[in-house]
Amino acid sequence: MAKEIDVRGLSCPQPVFLTKKAIDAGETEIIVTADDMVARDNVKRLAENSNYNVQIEEKGEEFILNIIKK
Amino acid sequence: MVKIKPAWMVLLAGSLFGIFFAVLTKFGNPANMGTCLVCFIRDIAGAVGLHHIGKVSYIRTEIIGFILGACVAGLIAKEFKVVGGSSPILRFIISAFVAIGALVFLGCPIRMFGRLAGGDPTGFAGLLGLIVGAWIGVLFLKSGFMLGRTKEQSKANGWVIPVFALFLFVLLLAKPSFITLNPKGHAPIAISLVVGLIVGILAQRSRLCFVGGIRDIILIRDFHLFQGLFGFFVFCLIVNLLLGQFNSGAYPIAHTNHLASFLGLLLVGWGSTLIGGCPFRQTVLAGYGNTDSGISFLGMLVGAGFAHNFLLAGKPSGVSIHGIIGMVVGIVVFLIIGFTNCVR
Repeated sequence: MAKEIDVRGLSCPQPVFLTKKAIDAGETEIIVTADDMVARDNVKRLAENSNYNVQIEEKGEEFILNIIKK
Repeated sequence: MVKIKPAWMVLLAGSLFGIFFAVLTKFGNPANMGTCLVCFIRDIAGAVGLHHIGKVSYIRTEIIGFILGACVAGLIAKEFKVVGGSSPILRFIISAFVAIGALVFLGCPIRMFGRLAGGDPTGFAGLLGLIVGAWIGVLFLKSGFMLGRTKEQSKANGWVIPVFALFLFVLLLAKPSFITLNPKGHAPIAISLVVGLIVGILAQRSRLCFVGGIRDIILIRDFHLFQGLFGFFVFCLIVNLLLGQFNSGAYPIAHTNHLASFLGLLLVGWGSTLIGGCPFRQTVLAGYGNTDSGISFLGMLVGAGFAHNFLLAGKPSGVSIHGIIGMVVGIVVFLIIGFTNCVR
């Protein structure tokens, strides 16, 4: 089961912080829903630097980040 | 739009800002103050009568440029998104104390780095305070501190701060009698405005943040935003050396009360971490639709007024007991807001 994190409406640095918590907990699959480009970019950078692959899906105003352990 | 790697963008934004910071003092901005965000908000507060210290009253076009530059960049990049409603009144009060802390130290984080890059060693106590403040803020974040989610708001909300910036510019040009403008201590309007616009655009694109750079190292061991601080300091230092402005021996508009400097920027680091960005970042965000940051900008404006009306602000001669009491009150307020907004 992928860990789902909803960071919509959260301001800096909450989106990155919540994703980091999931990464530190050893989650291998994380789905982050964001509605802000800053959050999208920051979460993507964190995940890639933490040895995860990131695929981003755009859904209207929202971004779904599929984060999977390499 | 030209695509530049995010890492280069933040380095470029910080470096150019560092160069402008040093160069603008050559053009007339106060020595050792350069382009201090909170000092300049304080000057605007004086210009519109929120305090009555004529010497520190002027409508600073750099601030107008930051807001309008961010606004234009946000519109072009389709990132002008109007959101808000995440505990606005708490953000207001936190920002007011952030401004008070900065004015006790005599400078926001930008000026602290600028002071160090000018060879002013009194900035070190402030740097230490800023780091400890950001660290306390991170402890609260790790304990579940949150101010709540933002919601989308109507477009009109997002235009309030950019229109306010334009209004200030009109006041500066029209010079009505009820506005106080110190004739000395500023670079020519056109130069300040162009610099402000360039920095505002780059800051919007890069998310440059002077507290975020430190916070991210403590919170997630990420040095991305720190590159902006690094560029700012290094290039400001180089230009100061080239222009003969480094370590002149006199450190104008600074004091040697290191405890007050430490506590002042501790409030800035802590408060900025709680609201998600330094005074500069809040001002830039306010330019492209973040109304919570707009509230923060107004909170700093009002806080700056209080800082002078209540004799809290530091002076080159030192810091009054009022200033120390003001910071203790700020710490108590941050503790109350911090503990009452932790969700598990």
